[in-house]
Amino acid sequence: MTDYQTVPTVCPYCGTGCGMLLEVSGGRLSGVLPQKDHPVSRGTLCVKGWTAHEFVHSPGRLTRPLVREDGKSKAASMEEALALVAGKLREAVKTHGPDAAAFVCSAKCTNEENYLVNRIARASVGTNNIDHCARL
Amino acid sequence: MSIKERVRELVGGEVDGVLGYRLVGESHLPHLFKADDIEEMAEDYPVGERYPLASLVRRLQAEDPGMRIAVVARGCDERSLVELAKQGQVDLEHLVILGLACDEELARACGCSEPYPSEIVQGQKAEGAGEDHLVDKIDRLPAEERLDFWLSRFGSCIKCYGCRNVCPLCYCKECALDDAELVERGQVPPAQPAFHLVRAIDMAGRCVDCGLCEEACPVGIPLRTLYRKVGLAVRDNFGYRPGRSLEEKSPLAVLGTEKDLE
Repeated sequence: MTDYQTVPTVCPYCGTGCGMLLEVSGGRLSGVLPQKDHPVSRGTLCVKGWTAHEFVHSPGRLTRPLVREDGKSKAASMEEALALVAGKLREAVKTHGPDAAAFVCSAKCTNEENYLVNRIARASVGTNNIDHCARL
Repeated sequence: MSIKERVRELVGGEVDGVLGYRLVGESHLPHLFKADDIEEMAEDYPVGERYPLASLVRRLQAEDPGMRIAVVARGCDERSLVELAKQGQVDLEHLVILGLACDEELARACGCSEPYPSEIVQGQKAEGAGEDHLVDKIDRLPAEERLDFWLSRFGSCIKCYGCRNVCPLCYCKECALDDAELVERGQVPPAQPAFHLVRAIDMAGRCVDCGLCEEACPVGIPLRTLYRKVGLAVRDNFGYRPGRSLEEKSPLAVLGTEKDLE
């Protein structure tokens, strides 16, 4: 028999922090409802919140690193992809200075992960070029 | 008897699951209970925490048509279920309705004229709130001011689609509001007054005045007033009140000429 439950969470899209319920059915996210008693959003959401579940099971979602070679995307290991990014970044910083690099982090990462990105930008690379998708 | 006591009798026997509210901290969250988690069911039902349970019944039955479920239903939930059943979207024969009457305070807070279902398991039948004075007030305005009133309200729309998403009677697989030909993508506020009038027309003869749309609106557009106005047009012309009874035929379900309605 089908099951249905809702899991309260906070919308991942911006800094407002609206309360939403993720609807879960058969182990899959099936929808979003605004959390009625949430102190911030009081039962309302914007269009991004209402559709926040859609990317999770989207067939277009990137689930592993891809590296572009000769204009074509090729599956790569995480180590391979990271080595490539680090190499190019190092090259750019060496040629044009630390402010040639910028870091954009995401509300879909944990607070701790975002903190680490900030440390890499400022302490390791030496740039203040850092921003976040939730800064609306 | 309380709803929870009734549910303890039903689960595992007459029904496989119960759609109601789970108490998580102080929040009342929609949940499909089975025999093993029934004790987490809330016993109180704050009016500020209503969710579209009728839509959930429709979705669950569509996924698993043989499923025997019960649902906690206020007056508004029941009216939605009745209207959905008449439109072939819900199967009431495989559904047990656990009627919940709202008290007078809740009825007033909700502006509800009939705050109870046809059969009550929990709560006492309370007086409903009066008619919506805003409908009258706007009707008395000169046409130009009336137009200004609505256009200024529609102008604050952020196009969240919450009114449609939360509506128990909105079940179309293809919605006119998603049609890029009719509603231009990325245009906020949406074209006036087309966006809101498309919804208003769709609500005529369907809207049971549950008020979930207005609660979901982040910018406070008086949507209930708008839908009540179109509802009154259907009531005055056809004597039809959506969700009131299974027997009454919806004017939308009649194919033919005006004569056939007589």
